[in-house]
Amino acid sequence: METKNIMIVGVGGQGTLLTSRILGGITRIAGYDVKLSEVHGMAQRGGSVVTFVRYGEKVYEPIVEEGQADVLIAFERLEAMRYSHFLKKSGVLIVNDQRIDPMPVVIGASIYPENIIENLEKEHRVLRVDAMAKAKELGNPKVFNIIVLGVAAAYMDFTKDDWLTVIEQTVPPKTIDINIEAFLIGYEMHQ
Amino acid sequence: MQMKEIMLGNEAIARGAYEAGVKVSAAYPGTPSTEISENIVKYKEIYSEWSPNEKVAMEVAIGASISGVRALASMKHVGVNVAADPLFTISYAGVNGGLVLVAADDPGLYSSQNEQDTRMVARAAQVPVLEPSDSEEAKEFVKFAFDMSEKYDTPVIVRTTTRLSHSQGMVNLCNRIEVEDKAYIGNPAKNVMMPGNAKVRHLVVEARTKQMIEEGCDFPINQMEYKDKSIGVITSGIPYQYVKEALPEASVLKLGMVNPLPRKLIEEFAASVENLYIVEELDPVIEEQVKSWGIKAIGKEILTVQGEYSANLLRKAIKKEEIEIKPVAQVPNRPPVLCPGCPHRSVFSVLKKLGIHAAGDIGCYTLGAVAPLNVVDTTVCMGASISTLHGMEKAKGKEYIKNWVAVIGDSTFMHTGINSLINMVYNKGTGTVMILDNSTTGMTGHQDHAATGKTLMGEETIAISIPDLCRSLGIHNVIEVNAFDTKALEKIVKEELRKDEISVIITKAPCVLLSKKLSDTQCNVVSIKCKKCGMCLKPGCPAITKKEDGITVINETMCNGCNLCFEQCKFGAIEKMGR
Repeated sequence: METKNIMIVGVGGQGTLLTSRILGGITRIAGYDVKLSEVHGMAQRGGSVVTFVRYGEKVYEPIVEEGQADVLIAFERLEAMRYSHFLKKSGVLIVNDQRIDPMPVVIGASIYPENIIENLEKEHRVLRVDAMAKAKELGNPKVFNIIVLGVAAAYMDFTKDDWLTVIEQTVPPKTIDINIEAFLIGYEMHQ
Repeated sequence: MQMKEIMLGNEAIARGAYEAGVKVSAAYPGTPSTEISENIVKYKEIYSEWSPNEKVAMEVAIGASISGVRALASMKHVGVNVAADPLFTISYAGVNGGLVLVAADDPGLYSSQNEQDTRMVARAAQVPVLEPSDSEEAKEFVKFAFDMSEKYDTPVIVRTTTRLSHSQGMVNLCNRIEVEDKAYIGNPAKNVMMPGNAKVRHLVVEARTKQMIEEGCDFPINQMEYKDKSIGVITSGIPYQYVKEALPEASVLKLGMVNPLPRKLIEEFAASVENLYIVEELDPVIEEQVKSWGIKAIGKEILTVQGEYSANLLRKAIKKEEIEIKPVAQVPNRPPVLCPGCPHRSVFSVLKKLGIHAAGDIGCYTLGAVAPLNVVDTTVCMGASISTLHGMEKAKGKEYIKNWVAVIGDSTFMHTGINSLINMVYNKGTGTVMILDNSTTGMTGHQDHAATGKTLMGEETIAISIPDLCRSLGIHNVIEVNAFDTKALEKIVKEELRKDEISVIITKAPCVLLSKKLSDTQCNVVSIKCKKCGMCLKPGCPAITKKEDGITVINETMCNGCNLCFEQCKFGAIEKMGR
C-alpha cells in the first residue's frame, strides 16, 4: 500500500489536535506504521494550525509534502484556501463552512476573500459541510470537528467499528456518546 | 508481549527516562520541550519538578547525579543558554549517577526568539550529543545516553528539534531497569572546580573526547546503510527521514552521535561513495569538521542554514528535480492573538490609551507587540524586560522613561525577572514594572511555578507572594489591582509613572484558559444601537468582528464575558447577558 497523506487544518482552539489524536489511534488499531506531526505552542492562541498524518507500511517523513495530500480536512474556509496547494490532483477537500476572521481582517488591514469554496471547487473535489449548524442541533457546538471527521472517514481505509472504538478511547469519558453521535452524522452524510 | 504505542517524541523521551531508571527530573517549560516533564510526572518512580529556570534545573539534576542517581534536565534551546554556566563546568567534573540534558531546538522558529543550534554550545562545552530521528529512537537514545554518561563520566545531551518533539510515531515499550543508587564518595578533586582541580580535569575532558571519537565508530546508534554508492549522504536526526524519503536509492551514514564525530567511520564512508552530501538542519556543524579533515563534500553550498528541511527541499537541491507545485494562495495571515477574555488585553488597552511604551518579555503578553495593540516595543529573552528598561533609564535619564513600563508575567518574573528587579533596586532605578499575574505559565500550556502554590507533582506548597517578595527588596510602591478594572488601572499607572522611585504594579486575573470553561455571562451587540465606530474592535479581541454592513458582531462560542468591549462602547450597543 502506498503511504496515505491526511492533513487537518484549522484555527487554534477548534480541536485540530484532538482530531489528529483520533486519527493516530485508528491507524494503530488498523496495524499501519504511522507518523503524525503537529504545530503547537501558539495553537491555543487563535493562530493557523496544521496537523499532518501519514500512514502505510513504512513511513519516514513526518510531514506531508505540497501537492501530496489525499485528504485535506479544513475546519475553516480561509484555512482551506491557505493549505489547498498541499492537495493532490486526485485529492479531496472536506471543508467546514465557517468563517473566522483573523486579526488583520478584524482591524481592516486585510480582506477576507470571497467565494473561497466556489473557487476551490473549480480545481478540486470539495465537500462542503455546515458542521456547526449540525453540532448546535446536537446541543454542543464543540463537537463540530467530529462531524467533519465523520465526513472525511469515507475517504480513508478504516472500518466503522474501528472509528467508534478509537473515539471511545480518545475523547473525555463524559463526552463519548455525543462524539459518537456527531461522528455518525458526518459518516452517514457522504457514504 | 511487547507493547506498542503511538507516542509524541517528547512522550517517548519521558518513557526513555523511566525505562533508564531515572530518579530525578528538573525543567522549566519551553516549547518544544514542555511535554517531556508533563509525561515524566506520570511515572511515580521519578521525582520531577518545575524549577524557576533552566540553570536551576540543570543544577538540581547535577546534585542528584553527584549523590549517585540517574538524573535528567530538559529545556528548549534558549534555555540551554541560561543553563550554560553549570553545563560547561559539569563537563569537567563529570558524573556519578548518569546525567542527561535534553535540549529541544526549534528550526523554523515555530515559537522562539532565535534559531540557535545546541550542537554549537555542546562543542564549546565538550559534551557529547546524541540525535534521535523518531519517537522510538528518542526513547532508546535516552537510555543509551545514560549508559554512555556513566561509562565515559560525562553529561550527555540528547538533542531534539520541534519536528521530532511534536511528531508521533510507534514506540515499543520496555520495562524499567532499576538502577542501583551509586554510593556518594567525597572527591573534591573531581567535584570542586577550583582552578587547580579544574586544570587537571580539563586534560581528562580532552582524553575523554578523543576516546569517544574512536569508540563512537562502534556505537550501534551510528548506522551505515549502503545502497547505490554514487550518492552518499551523512545525516542525523529528523533530516534522516527527509533523506530516506527523497533519496531512497542513496547510501546513508546516519549518525546517532553528532558530537564528537566518529571520525574513522566518516572517513570510511566518505571513501566508499562517489559524491558525498552532508544534510543537517541549522548550522554546518558536521560539515565544517568533515571538510577540515580534507574530505570533499557538498552541504550548505546548496542547502540553507535557516528553517526546517523537507524531502522536497532535498529533491530540488540534490537531484535538481523541479516538482510542479501549485502556487501558494495569497490569503490574509492568521497570527496568534491573545485569547478572548485574556487579562493581558485589558492591561494593554489601558497602556495603549495612555500612549505608553512597554519593554516586553517572553510569554503570551509578547503578543502585545502586534496589531492592534502595538504596545510592546522590545522582546529579548526571559527576564529582560526589567533590565532593558533600567538600561534605558541609565542611558537617557529618568524623565525619558516616564512613558515607559516593563511588562513581565508571573512565571517569567520567578524565572529571571527577580534578578533584574534586584538590580533595579540596587542601582537606584526609578522605573515602573508591571507584573501581569495570571497565576500560571500561560504560553506553554499552564504549568505551575513558585508563586502558584502547587508543584509539578500536584502537591500543595507555599505560594510565594510576589507583592511581599517585591516589598522585601525595599520597594515602597507595590500595588495590586484587578487586571479588568481598567479605570483603577489607568489611575494607578498614571500615578506611579509620575513618581521618582521604583513602582511595581501587579495586575491580577487568572488566565482565561485555566478554568477550561466559558464564563456564565457573555457580551452581545444590540444591532440598532451600533454606530459602527469600531471602538470595540480596538483591543483586538478575536471574538469580535464586523459584519459586511459594518455592524459589530460577537461570536457567542468564543466570547468569555470579560466586558472589555462593553466598557469601550459609548453608545450602550453592547450588553451583558447570561449564557
